[in-house]
Parts: sequence; C-alpha cells; structure tokens
Amino acid sequence: MLQAQHIDLAFGAVQALSDVSVDIAPGEILAIIGPNGAGKTSLLNVINGMYYPQGGRIVFQGVERGKRLRPYQVARQGIARTFQNVALFKGMSTLDNLMVGRTLHVRSSFLSQALYWGRALKEEQAHRTYVEQIIDFLGIQAIRKTPVGKLPYGMQKRVELGRALAAEPTLLLLDEPMAGMSVEEKEDMSRFILDIREELGITCVLIEHDMSVVMDISDRVVVLDYGVKIADGTPDAVRTDPRVIEAYLGVSS
Amino acid sequence: MSHDSSLDTFPKLLLDRARRHPDKIAMREKDLGIWQVWTWRQMSDEVRALACGLAAMGLARGDKVAIIGDNRPQLYWAMVAAQCLGGVPVPLYQDAVAEEMQFVLEHAETRFAVVEDQEQVDKLLAVKERCPQLETIIYDDPRGLRHYHDPCLHAFTAVQEQGRRFDSAHPDSFEEHIAQGHGSDLAVILYTSGTTGRPKGVMLSFDNVIITSRHAISREGLRDNEEILAYLPMAWVGDHIFSYGQFYCAGFTVNCPESSATILQDLHEIGPTYFFAPPRIWENILTTVMIRMEDAAWLKRQMFHFCMRVAQRVGTRKLAGQSVGLLDTLLYALGHVLIYGPLKDKLGLGRIRLAYIAGEAIGPEIFTFYRSLGINVKQLYGMTEASVFVCVQPDGEVRPDTVGTPMPEVEVNISPEGEVLFRSPGVFLGYYKNPQATAETLDHGWVHSGDAGYIDAHGHLKIIDRARDVSRLDDANCSLFAPRYLENKLKFSPFIKEAVVYGQERPCVGAFINIDLEAVGNWAERRGLAYTSYTDLAARPEVYDLIQGEIARVNASLADDPQMAGAQIRRFLILHKELDPDDGELTRTRKVRRRFVAEKYATLAEALYGSEDRVTVETQVVFEDGRSGTLKAELLIRDVAAKTPFAVAQG
Repeated sequence: MLQAQHIDLAFGAVQALSDVSVDIAPGEILAIIGPNGAGKTSLLNVINGMYYPQGGRIVFQGVERGKRLRPYQVARQGIARTFQNVALFKGMSTLDNLMVGRTLHVRSSFLSQALYWGRALKEEQAHRTYVEQIIDFLGIQAIRKTPVGKLPYGMQKRVELGRALAAEPTLLLLDEPMAGMSVEEKEDMSRFILDIREELGITCVLIEHDMSVVMDISDRVVVLDYGVKIADGTPDAVRTDPRVIEAYLGVSS
Repeated sequence: MSHDSSLDTFPKLLLDRARRHPDKIAMREKDLGIWQVWTWRQMSDEVRALACGLAAMGLARGDKVAIIGDNRPQLYWAMVAAQCLGGVPVPLYQDAVAEEMQFVLEHAETRFAVVEDQEQVDKLLAVKERCPQLETIIYDDPRGLRHYHDPCLHAFTAVQEQGRRFDSAHPDSFEEHIAQGHGSDLAVILYTSGTTGRPKGVMLSFDNVIITSRHAISREGLRDNEEILAYLPMAWVGDHIFSYGQFYCAGFTVNCPESSATILQDLHEIGPTYFFAPPRIWENILTTVMIRMEDAAWLKRQMFHFCMRVAQRVGTRKLAGQSVGLLDTLLYALGHVLIYGPLKDKLGLGRIRLAYIAGEAIGPEIFTFYRSLGINVKQLYGMTEASVFVCVQPDGEVRPDTVGTPMPEVEVNISPEGEVLFRSPGVFLGYYKNPQATAETLDHGWVHSGDAGYIDAHGHLKIIDRARDVSRLDDANCSLFAPRYLENKLKFSPFIKEAVVYGQERPCVGAFINIDLEAVGNWAERRGLAYTSYTDLAARPEVYDLIQGEIARVNASLADDPQMAGAQIRRFLILHKELDPDDGELTRTRKVRRRFVAEKYATLAEALYGSEDRVTVETQVVFEDGRSGTLKAELLIRDVAAKTPFAVAQG
C-alpha cells in the first residue's frame, strides 16, 4: 500500500532517520517500536507529509508522492493519524470534534455552509449520519455532547481515534494510542484497532511501547534504534532477534 | 379505552390497536443519535414477520423462548411474537453470567433464544452443551458476529425475511394462531432473582397481567398519551407490567434509551409522564443534585436552599390538594420559576404525572424532597407473584412510612404470626416445575408474601421486614430485631450505600457498612483528604468518624420508638469492597443475600462481637470479565454509644 524507500531525515546536525525503508501491506497492522528518540514519530510524520525527508521517496498506492505535498493533500489521499498528545479542540463537544474530521469530504462552498442552505443542508445530514456510525462503533454515545476537555484521558484518546476515522482513511497512523491507559482501557483500544481492520478494512500503523499489546495484535513489527531500522518481521521473529533484545527489549522479554 | 373482554391476550390487543389507531406512535428507540419511531401498524407488521419466521423455524405451542438483552424494541416484539404462536417468553437478566443463565435456560427447557448482541451470544454458546433443548439463537445486533458460523445462530432480520415468505405462503395462519390463545393461558415465566437458593420461575397468565394492568390504569387514571422510559431489566416483573402489560392495555408510548450509559440524558430528552424507579435511583439523583449544588455560586446556593425550605412547607400540601396561604402560594410560584421547574426539567422529571417507588423503604427526607418539588411520587407494594400490584398509596394519602391501600380486587390479610397474605386476580399460577415451593407459598389462592407487616389506623399497610428475618436479640429485654428495617434506616444516609446488620441471638446489633463512593469521595475531597481507591477511602479514620455520626443519628431515631430502642447499633465496621451481584453477595436486583454474606464474612462477624478493634480480611472477588482475584485489607471496628430511650431515662 505504502512504501517508504531509503528515507533520510535530518534536523541540522541531528540525523533523525538514516536510510529507513518500510513497506506497508494493505490490511495489515504494523507496529513501529524502539527506544525513545529512535525516530518513530519522525517516520510517521514523514509518511504523513508533515516532514520532508532530505533523501528517499514515498510511494503510496503505486504513485510516487510529489516532493512538496502538504499534509492536507496527503490526508485527502486517504492517510489519517492521531497524535501522541491528544490534539482535540478541548472546548468543543465530542460530536463537533468528529464533525471536524469530516472537513476533507465537504463539497459545498464556504458561503452555503455559513448560511446553512442549499447543498450544505443535505451534506450536513450525510456527514452527521457517518459520524453517528463512528460514535456507535466506538461506543461513545454517552459523551456525545460533552466538551472534550472534561473527559478523562482514555476517553479523549478514543475521541481522537474517532476523528481520524471520520476522515475515511485507507491508512491510519496511530502515535502511541495506548499511552497512559489502564489495562482495561488498553484492552478496549486493542479491540477497536482490530475491529477497524476487520470491519472497516483500514490498514493501521501504530507506534507503541507496551510490548504485550504489540506482540498480541500486530502482524509485523519494525524496530528503529537511533534512526536506523534494525529489524523488520513478525512479532515472534523480532522478539528473538539479538540486536533488538540488546537495543530495546532486554533479556527477559 | 375499551375493556373488551374478548381481548384477553397481548397478541389480540396488538392486532386491535394496529387496527384502531395504526398511525399512533407505539415505540421509540434512540439510535444513531435520533429517536427512531414505530407506529402501531409498523410494530404489528414487524411482529407478524418475526412470528411467522419463528413458525417457519418450528416454534410450537408451549415452547419457551428466552429473551436476553437491554430494553430494545426488537426484544419486546419477540415476546409478543412468541405469544402469538402460543409460545412462552422467559426474559433473563442481561448482566447475569453464563452460569446463572444456564440454570434458567435448562430449568425452563427453552428451545429458542432471542438476544441482543455478541455479548449474550457468547454467553449462550459457552453453556449451550448443558442446555440440550436450546436449538436456535436469534441475535439482533450483528456487530462482531461476522465470523461466527454456528448453524444455530440466526440474524433477527433474516428470520423476519423468512417469516414474510412463510406469511405469503400461509396467509391466514398468523390470525389463526392468535385466535387459539386465551386469557387463562401461560403468558410469561419470570424467574425471581433468589435471595435464598436458586431462582424460581413465576408463571403468570395473560389474565394475571392484563386484569392487574387494567385495574391499575383505571384507579391511577393512566391515559393513552403517557410517555414512559423503558430502562429497568426486562426480566423484572415491574418492567413487564409497565412497558408491556400496561403498554398494550392503555396504548401509551414506550421509549427505549440508547444505551445503559445514556439513561439520564435520555430521561431528560423524553420527559416521561409515568415513571418508576427503585429507591436507590431516587437517592442517586438527589445525591447528584446536592453535590452539584455545593459547587454552585453563593447566590444560587442561597436561592436553592430558600426555595427548598418553601417547598418543604408548601409543596407536599399542594400536591395533596390541601389549602395553602396566599403568601405561600406566591412564594411557591416564584420557587417554581427559579428552582423547581428548571431542576425538574434538567433531571427529566418535569412532566411526571405519576411516579412509583417500590422495592425497599425510602428515606422520609428523600420522599418529601421529591414530593415538595411537585413530583407525584407514591409508594407501591407488590411482588412478582402478584403481577406487581398489591397496594398503592391513593392520591392525597401519601406518607413516607406506609405502602398504601389494596388495589381493586386485591384482598389483604395479616396472619396471626404477623405475615402479610393477599389474594387477587393477579396471583401467579405457581412456580414452574417446583410444586413444593408453590405449595409453601400459595394456599387456596392466598399468597404468603413472606413480609411482616400490619394495617395502621388509616387502613394503610405498613411493612416491617421480611418475616423470616425478624427475630430477637439475646439481650436483657429480648429486643425485636428487624434487620431490613435497620438497614434501610442506615441507608437513608447519603454516605451509606449498603448495610448488613447482625443481631439474631447476639447480645447487641452490629453492622457492616458499604460507603457510597461518590458521596463520601466528594465529602473527602472538600476536606482535602486524598484517597487512592475505594478500599483506601473506606479505611480512613475520618470516614469512620463520619459514618459513626450517621449511625449515632440512626440510633437516636431508634431510641424514640419503644419497639426498636433495643436494636440500636453498637459496633460497626466499614467493608473494604462494595457488595456486588457478581460476587454473589447481592441479587441482580441488589437485595442482600443475607446467609451468603454471613458465611463469606464469618471471620468479620466474629470480630464484630469480639474484643479487638481491628481485623484482617482476605476476600475472593470476581472481576467484570469473570476472572477472580483476592483483596486483602485491615478493617477497623468501632463502638457507637446507644442513646438512652427517653422513657427509660425518665424512669
């Protein structure tokens, strides 16, 4: 689905990524793991279009990406993401935040939206129906009207996931979706990620530190260390790879 | 509304209403954010399709159909669809675990099950081998079931499709089946949740439910434009009467909430006119209001307390139709605009014309709080074996300490031992496959309720306690010990969620207390007390002080009643975990399983009557996903002074 080939990314003297190549197959759940500072979020940002790599290229669905594609243009192609620190609009309700996620698919003009007439009426209904289905999928009916800032952290992450889903992506990038969650919340989130792949057919790439989650739900694991890819394979293969054990996992994994 | 005696079953009532007012709204369900609507005509069509589908799948007269799930229109349709063919619905508690369900499914010999979603399907599949009669499981919500290939599973919509084909091939069979039903037929089996031993299957006929519903409708003046919220378990007889029996007899509208988490919001959106809630829900609402008021600005707090004082003085009199002075009327009207109106609207209680409380005694302060706001809430006494209604308080005679006068055609008597007996057209047919229990309870049409009570000077029934739980203390006066009475008094305090008292053949009364996490947590936060968990909060000396104060107040109230003065609580401890149905300590309707708790916490009970002031305990708990673990804690035990009764002090 997406191939990142020989990506080089540097910030001044700091080499964030060196010759990193990752293949993402359609319908798979790919986990990117590695110690802090390994370049995981940077890799996601490159895929997302937020950083422009100094070297290498991105091929998405068979088409090489132009050098200067803006993030919203990348999103239009069907790539959505969540952020490590929840990036929701805290003062808006859950429903409004999810509706914001539909912005990409709005066809009517600014004027008709502002005056709420003509095409905008039907569109609003269609978008609302879609968002309600996402609300049903994630089970967040009870917090539909709650301002997001009042929600507990685990719920905010779920709403963030919902907003990413609202964009109707084919590829979903999740940056530490389980950070700071209790065991029950992690189980819920894992179930959602699996359901997203099963029922919605969306490919998922997730950065995650919780090894039990990674080993449990991912089809393939990519390991980064100091900007270099040191392993790429099934969870079992990666778990026993000596370089991965030394760099990150430790002996009793 | 016509009380046509030929309409003696629910299928007949359904067809009659679909014919007389096809476009009136029968049911609503909130789905995808909006209230979806079914008219009587549409509902009748859905039921017809389902019934024909069940017929095509071989549902025969007398077959039992299990119904499991939250309140969903599809499940209510399944009940009447089964009845159309002469089948008998057996609703189960949706939060029961697989083992509990297995007992009922096997005992009732259910062949079919109509369930809500994957969660229920999983439970049934887990126990299916031990329920040999169970052949077919029909599910409504397909989410998560895409990869289930068990041949016994069928989608609700698929069954209806098959039904429509069957209907076209056999056009008159639907009406013919319905015509074969009679009022004396078995209509439903409701398994009681069982405070002692295994659940028993109460068999109710159509006559039981319909006649009782009609009497209640006419005595209480219910109309066909009532709006109710169906949120209580379908397995419970109360929901069966309100959302099913009275629904068909009166023709009002039943609204199903979106999910169990959104009930309060849906209550607010619907604004029901006819409402029932057990005491703990009324208590929870009041606790929430009080907590929120403490957060409000000074002016609003003052307004609230002033208006509530007016309401205390005036509101109950107004509701009873008694005369009120001019100044008071004006003040109350002002209060309505400022406080009562907006508050009731916010809670969703603004349009209530009739509300019932039943199940346990309610604290008098809570009772008067709601009545003073102008909400016509009344006490009701009933049980599954009576098709609910035994006694109801008439308008104008509502007091916190009685349960009212007998309903039409209900006779109430007190046995020489003080047990309440009743006889009515609503009395059940018997316990399914349990003739011994039936013989113990039913005696020439009279039901032994198991409750101790008496008729007071105004002709109202007063309930003291469960008859078999009433006993004597082993003290100088052989004082009366009525545990439920004491526990209810303790639970009137907002800080105490649950209480279990000991006293039978003991020198004094001791109590286990469960604190209310929300109320006590809020109290603790306001005093800057940090706590990490329920167990931590429950162990704090400051919380013990708080509870001790509450118990001292209860003791003072007991001291005023010569019968109860000897039963003041002398020792207590606060439990480290909440009593939970999943651990078997409470029934699914949250009644304490006294004997089970006594066994499980035997060491604590001994320590309560020992000389130590603390005890270590280790308990097994069952988490919501069925796994078990152990919880260890050290509990303090405190003494409480008894208040000397006034009469004794004088003498």
